[in-house]
Amino acid sequence: MQILYFAWVREKIGMAGEEIARPDHVTDIGTLMRHLATLSPRHSDAFANPMTIRAAINQDFATAGDAVTDSDEVAFFPPVTGG
Amino acid sequence: MARIAVQEAPFDIAAETAALTEGRTDIGALASFTGLCRADDGLAAMVLEHYPAMTERALAKIAAEAEARWPLTGCTIIHRVGRLVPGAPIVLVLTASSHRSAALEACAFLMDWLKTKAPFWKREEFTTGHARWVEARHEDSAAAQRW
Repeated sequence: MQILYFAWVREKIGMAGEEIARPDHVTDIGTLMRHLATLSPRHSDAFANPMTIRAAINQDFATAGDAVTDSDEVAFFPPVTGG
Repeated sequence: MARIAVQEAPFDIAAETAALTEGRTDIGALASFTGLCRADDGLAAMVLEHYPAMTERALAKIAAEAEARWPLTGCTIIHRVGRLVPGAPIVLVLTASSHRSAALEACAFLMDWLKTKAPFWKREEFTTGHARWVEARHEDSAAAQRW
């Protein structure tokens, strides 16, 4: 699945996105965040406090319980600050 | 159907206003909001990042919500991205309607929702060389929830 990072999540992880193989137990945003946190020390740091991170599935805002599949584009980012 | 644009270039308020009202005689009110980059605490520039594939879609959804709630004859949202210096315009919201209350309320609604429901992130760069990501403000989510 395609993962994208924005703002300080992107800076902490050190890349704008990556393609990952979804483990079977990763079925929603919450389990995906816990999985991503295991990928490297930088990932672990970025996802240390999941409450500070927001997500989108296929360009729509999503919450921890929303389901993810292999074909999804999932983005992680801080709360938005536009306007 | 709202006009939505996400761009690095500045916007022309007079031209955008004319586009909403041209050839029409049913519009009695046109409300406008322009957000500017403020030079707080020695700010040198603000860099606006966004999620290109999602941004225009999120703005169109917010505009559609305004059009469903108020009888608007037109609506424009232009949000700039990239590096903006103090004094530079960041965002423009225009709403047109037969009557004043609909135009003013829809304009305030659009700004409140823009701040909490569109994928933009501001990074502040200071004259000292220090930089930081702007944190979401609780007052902004409270303002968005009042609608």
